[in-house]
Amino acid sequence: MKRFLGFVVKEFYHIFRDYRTLLILFGMPAVQLLLFGYVITNEIKDARIAILDQSKDEVTRKISEKVLSSGYFLLDKNLNSSKEIEQVFRNGNVKLVLIFGADFSKNLDKTGKAKVQIIGDASDPNTANMLVNYIQGILSNYLISLNAEKAPMQITPEVRMMYNGQMKGVYMFVPGLMAMLLMLISALMTSLSITREKELGTMELLLVSPLKPIQIIIGKVFPYVFLAFLDACIIIILGNTVFGVPVVGSVALLLLESLLFICMALSLGILISTTTSSQQIAMMLSLVALMLPTILLSGFIFPVENMPLILQWLCYFMPPKYFITIIKSIMLQGNGFRYIVFETGILVGFTLLFILLSVKKFKVRLS
Amino acid sequence: MFSILVDHIEKHFTRVKALNDISFTVDKGELFGFIGPDGAGKTTLFRILTTLLIPDHGKALVNGLDVVKDFRKIRQDIGYMPGKFSLYSDLTVEENLNFYATVFGTTVAENYDLIRDIYSQIEPFKKRMAGKLSGGMKQKLALSCALIHKPSVLILDEPTTGVDAVSRLEFWEMLKRLKNSGISIVVATPYMDEASLCDRVALIQNGKIMAISPPSEVIKTYPRQLFSIKSDDIFSLLNDLRQIPQMHTVFAFGQSAHISFKQEPLTENFLYEYLCKKGHSNIKISHIQATIEDCFMDLMIKPQ
Repeated sequence: MKRFLGFVVKEFYHIFRDYRTLLILFGMPAVQLLLFGYVITNEIKDARIAILDQSKDEVTRKISEKVLSSGYFLLDKNLNSSKEIEQVFRNGNVKLVLIFGADFSKNLDKTGKAKVQIIGDASDPNTANMLVNYIQGILSNYLISLNAEKAPMQITPEVRMMYNGQMKGVYMFVPGLMAMLLMLISALMTSLSITREKELGTMELLLVSPLKPIQIIIGKVFPYVFLAFLDACIIIILGNTVFGVPVVGSVALLLLESLLFICMALSLGILISTTTSSQQIAMMLSLVALMLPTILLSGFIFPVENMPLILQWLCYFMPPKYFITIIKSIMLQGNGFRYIVFETGILVGFTLLFILLSVKKFKVRLS
Repeated sequence: MFSILVDHIEKHFTRVKALNDISFTVDKGELFGFIGPDGAGKTTLFRILTTLLIPDHGKALVNGLDVVKDFRKIRQDIGYMPGKFSLYSDLTVEENLNFYATVFGTTVAENYDLIRDIYSQIEPFKKRMAGKLSGGMKQKLALSCALIHKPSVLILDEPTTGVDAVSRLEFWEMLKRLKNSGISIVVATPYMDEASLCDRVALIQNGKIMAISPPSEVIKTYPRQLFSIKSDDIFSLLNDLRQIPQMHTVFAFGQSAHISFKQEPLTENFLYEYLCKKGHSNIKISHIQATIEDCFMDLMIKPQ
């Protein structure tokens, strides 16, 4: 036990004397969270649009007013002819052009039909799609309010978005970021710290010492469990105070699950380091092999259900996918443990598998 | 019982045969030296002795324990200093020493007597990071760390490479003292002058041991007459001497050339005239005793 403690103390020396490691450990979570939270957002606010009103009557004015007062859109320019449309898109300020046909109000009164054209800038398809949907929503609302005076029959959908009433993007990013950062920090840091000993030749002396492989492995992991756990807390606190992401469910459960995920990531990092001998390769492996799948194949940004079948299958082998499900379930839905038993079980399985493999692959000799 | 017994060991790497039929023994309390150029196989051999590598053939025992089967027990008993500086440069001198002490389940205080001579020299710098020590001090620290658990066998891979002459001398003084306290020491060195400080030396080249004997006897086995020649231009001197067909070996030794002949030696007069003709000045020719290095050079060319 004393040997093990001595080893852990040494590891802490390494970490606290390397300011770059410290910076990565504690700077990265904060910076990433703020970046993701502020910069990458799926919400539409003040999108600039242009309006080409060919009839200029009461109805089109009312609709324009509704659109512009919705808070989503800002009028960039009133166009006078269809020739200008191409130009405003090319200038790049305008994301969408709304065109009312001639005699809009007259047609509406006479035939009950009027034409409005929505042209979106689909060089950014997601945004274009969303803007068009918003406008359509505003139009149909207006139509309903018109009909309310005339027709007795109507269907009024009453929409309520559960767990994220305001459809905030941060709600999605905080769980995803937590998975990504914990994965990155834990796996990267441990794999680096073991391969560094190999590179510096100190592993040779550790091997010749009476330390057992399991002592070396756990000694390496132990400090990082601690530090990564601190990171998890930082993310939760920042998410809550800066972005108002709530923890509806049990905080203790959330922290325990985070701890489990950290252990999983750490054991993966050790597995990586047992198979590589240089810090460079370990870093590349951790970054490329862990980062991309964590971001792309975990449901962090892109929903798993919409992927091609093969990728969906691949997703089932990505531990972060389960962790993200777990955090969302606890943080946003406030679910208890029995709703996440399956995911927890899978994470435990991954952890045991990785530890088993690393202890097996750990070489008690050189080469 | 021998401290180390190596019996017909062989080790291959993918392309090269690193060790070829190596056998030797080291007595308890003996200071045993391995001398050979880089790539001779010294480090591979030492890694087998320290249980870090497994030999392809043959058997090696350390304190009667098999390096393959009983590797855990052996690791408690040996002190090892790898060729490359292998301490933590971001830890202080004191922290390094404490770390190795704890890892081996002991404390610095417990075995301080053993390392006092060595450690007292670097103790004034104990708060300094190990990475910022000079070459000689690094080696002293590494030796202290290798000794802190009171090993019965000490295995040192080129401990004095890259260390200044004074520190080298001090280092060997310490080894002698350790040897006198009963520790068996196996040491590799590329420096021939250090060989004469060992009890016995093994000359190793291309993975083969070419001779094992006490340094004084190695010199006696030198089979030829040896001459040292000096002139103002050592470079062309070597070239001109190599042109003589009767030459066996012509090697540069500092500022002089050591030469030996295939059969009967040529007379000093003949050499003198020959070199004068070639335009050399300040020629000095003397008959000398072979050093270990001469013996080694002689053994090296034997296979050809």
